[in-house]
Amino acid sequence: MYYIWLIPLLPGIGAAVNGLVGIRSFSRKVAGVLACVMMAAALGISGVAFWQLLALPAAERAFDVTVAQWIPSIPLQLGTGAIGGFQVPWGFRLDPLSGMMLLVVTGIGTLIHVYSTAYMADEPRGGVARFFCYLNLFCFFMLMLVLGNNFLVMFVGWEGVGLCSYLLIGYWYEKKTASDAGKKAFITNRVGDWGFVLGVFLIYSTFGTLDFRAVQKLAASMPVESAHFGVLSAICLLLFVGAIGKSAQIPLYVWLPDAMEGPTPVSALIHAATMVTAGVYMVGRNAVLFSHAPIVMQIVAIVGVLTALMAASIGLVQYDIKRVLAYSTVSQLGYMFTAMGVGAFSAGAFHLMTHAFFKALLFLGSGSVIHAMAGEQDMRRMGGLKKYLPVTFVTMMIGTLAIAGIPPLAGFFSKDEILFRTFLAYKAIWILAVATALMTAFYMFRLMSMTFLGTYRGPAWETGGHGGLAPHPADSQAHGHAHEPDHGVAHGPAEPHDVHAAPAHDGASVPAHSGAAAGVWHGPHESPTPMTFPLMALAIGALVAGFVGIPAALWGNNAIEKFLEPSFTAQEVRLKPDTTENARQEAGNQEPGSVRLQPDREAEPHASQSTELGLMLFSVLIAVAGILIARKFYVTSPEISEQLATKWAGAHRTLSNKYYVDELYNATVVSGTFGAGRGLWAVDRRVVDGAVNGTGWITVISAWFSGLTDRAVVDGLVNLVGRICEEGSFWLRKLQTGLVQNYALLMLFGIFAFVTVYLLMRWSF
Amino acid sequence: MITPTHYMLLSSALFIIGVAGVMMRRNIIVIFMSIELILNAVNINLVAYSSQLQNAVGQVFALFVIAVAAAEAAVGLGIILAFYRNKETVNIDEMNLMKW
Repeated sequence: MYYIWLIPLLPGIGAAVNGLVGIRSFSRKVAGVLACVMMAAALGISGVAFWQLLALPAAERAFDVTVAQWIPSIPLQLGTGAIGGFQVPWGFRLDPLSGMMLLVVTGIGTLIHVYSTAYMADEPRGGVARFFCYLNLFCFFMLMLVLGNNFLVMFVGWEGVGLCSYLLIGYWYEKKTASDAGKKAFITNRVGDWGFVLGVFLIYSTFGTLDFRAVQKLAASMPVESAHFGVLSAICLLLFVGAIGKSAQIPLYVWLPDAMEGPTPVSALIHAATMVTAGVYMVGRNAVLFSHAPIVMQIVAIVGVLTALMAASIGLVQYDIKRVLAYSTVSQLGYMFTAMGVGAFSAGAFHLMTHAFFKALLFLGSGSVIHAMAGEQDMRRMGGLKKYLPVTFVTMMIGTLAIAGIPPLAGFFSKDEILFRTFLAYKAIWILAVATALMTAFYMFRLMSMTFLGTYRGPAWETGGHGGLAPHPADSQAHGHAHEPDHGVAHGPAEPHDVHAAPAHDGASVPAHSGAAAGVWHGPHESPTPMTFPLMALAIGALVAGFVGIPAALWGNNAIEKFLEPSFTAQEVRLKPDTTENARQEAGNQEPGSVRLQPDREAEPHASQSTELGLMLFSVLIAVAGILIARKFYVTSPEISEQLATKWAGAHRTLSNKYYVDELYNATVVSGTFGAGRGLWAVDRRVVDGAVNGTGWITVISAWFSGLTDRAVVDGLVNLVGRICEEGSFWLRKLQTGLVQNYALLMLFGIFAFVTVYLLMRWSF
Repeated sequence: MITPTHYMLLSSALFIIGVAGVMMRRNIIVIFMSIELILNAVNINLVAYSSQLQNAVGQVFALFVIAVAAAEAAVGLGIILAFYRNKETVNIDEMNLMKW
């Protein structure tokens, strides 16, 4: 398994080639195929590596590879006063948790790459290469994040995926909303990254190492901070701040819905399946640390469930198909954090995996719908698409049932495991989680109903034979969400997006989509094979992915939990006696009545089987209830939803405006930042510039005086001399008459004068 | 009897006539001739005192003066000729190029 470093490298090579050469010279097809091949190769290697990992005995399923030294040993003084050698290798670690993530990232990544080749087919040539360059680069960083065996390598991936997220959200950078959304995502993530990096600093100064395994071992030997907020709690809180940013939890979730400005495959890959789960993964990766900080665990659980509830409630009333899914993603991520917070790390990671399948499926399905509707994202302009997009409908329905938690689909097992473990830990959080489950089933079925069922409400199109048809009356509800075309924005100004009356040469029923026909819309049509194939593959995943985690209560063996458990503990085979001894002491140290954060499966194995079965039945009923309510509201009697919207207008407006959180942030954080910036600018202008300008003025004034002295005194003297010479010579030159006789006369007078003087002197003495 | 006084008077008269000629005449040739008069007035003085004092030095001086006057006349007449060729005149007032 020394080759696992190749897994991130391959997409990296793809990104480099596409970025350096492809943007200029590759055709759409070459760029897409190159990216897909790199991802497929990474998937293949991941599969082999995972297979080899499975072949090992459970206790030895961990493998570290150090490719090269990154930061050579630097002596540093630690918080404890000891001198530690700070060194970081390019180390990769394959263990059950990273192995699972590896398969999710490469598997879903490959499918989405394939999907993108068709979805982005209408983009300009260089744009496609750029898109695949970013997408491959994202996979490179994501795999680095997943595989890194120390915090710093993980941080490289962590920052890298943030960068790629920014680049891909702003892929259509000519569109103001898209570039704004990219900036919002990047800046919001920066707040989280700040916490993460501080956490890493604190880890180093506490433990003297950044290696995951070493940190886990050291942390496992420290007492559980159940009563006080110690250094482990501080570390975990800081790491959780990072997770909040990356995984879009309260209060930093605001970027994720806006991130839907990016192309839909990006939303599926980055903002549903992989990157946003990095926070969950990171918490799971540091499960040992977190289980030693129960206070932070409670915070994690509370933040998670509140996010789940809040996002689900917003999702109830959104009309943009991708935004509903975005809020659904935030909500499901909240579930995962709830699981992490109650110590059900395996359940959280399990839900991460199943969610990756069905949410990627739903997003790709929505992309297929948007593609079919030529960029339309407003569900009020859809409806009745079932007959036009049968494959998309069936696959999305599977995804919907999976997320709603209908057995035996993937979401049922993972979600139910979370609900069960939450029920054991905190009843109040369980109630909120169940309410969220109800809302999840409701809004997902609402999405399906508005999109695929009922009558067609979208814009009309012209067929070869008859004129326009299907007027769109259902635009009476006037809350927000203008026509926001997603697909094909960058085609150029002359792209006839809204031209529905173009001459058509084949009927509306023919799924004639090709590059040449772009711009001429023949009505909703099923997407081409490269788009439907990933949908079907993911649908199969959403159908069967849950079977790896059939709980014991259903006479399964919960294979995934047994598989993942070693990643969440510090135990190693040879250390087992020590740590169990510690664990026993810690268990003894715990105050009576304090919550058991990692309920020992062996200690209370099947005591609550009937409870678990009852809870399962209850959550299935909840899901069915949600679906039935949505069916009643949106299929059988659609007027009910409008009546409710008018009856509860205030609540409806609050939800439609997403609890005014964006407005709140604009009013506080954003305008505060702007205000601080303006204040500092004023200080800069007044004080700093003032000092500089004052110095300048002093120089100018002193120079003026100096110049005055120079002019008056120095120049005056010089000029005076010159003047004297000039005036003197003016008069004296008159002697030079040029007349010889004048000179002779003067000589004569001179002689007379001399002789006279001589004679006078002779006579007087 | 001719006394040195008479010689002195004669030479004084000649000198004054020469000086007056130099001062007042405009023609360069005349001025030149007046300068010769001055020199010869000096010569008369020298010769008279030589005879009076029975000393030959005076007569030698006179001979030197005649020689110098001859050389001066040659140079002076050359200048006058060159001037005349340039200016077509021998008027001393036209010789004023050296003025301010």
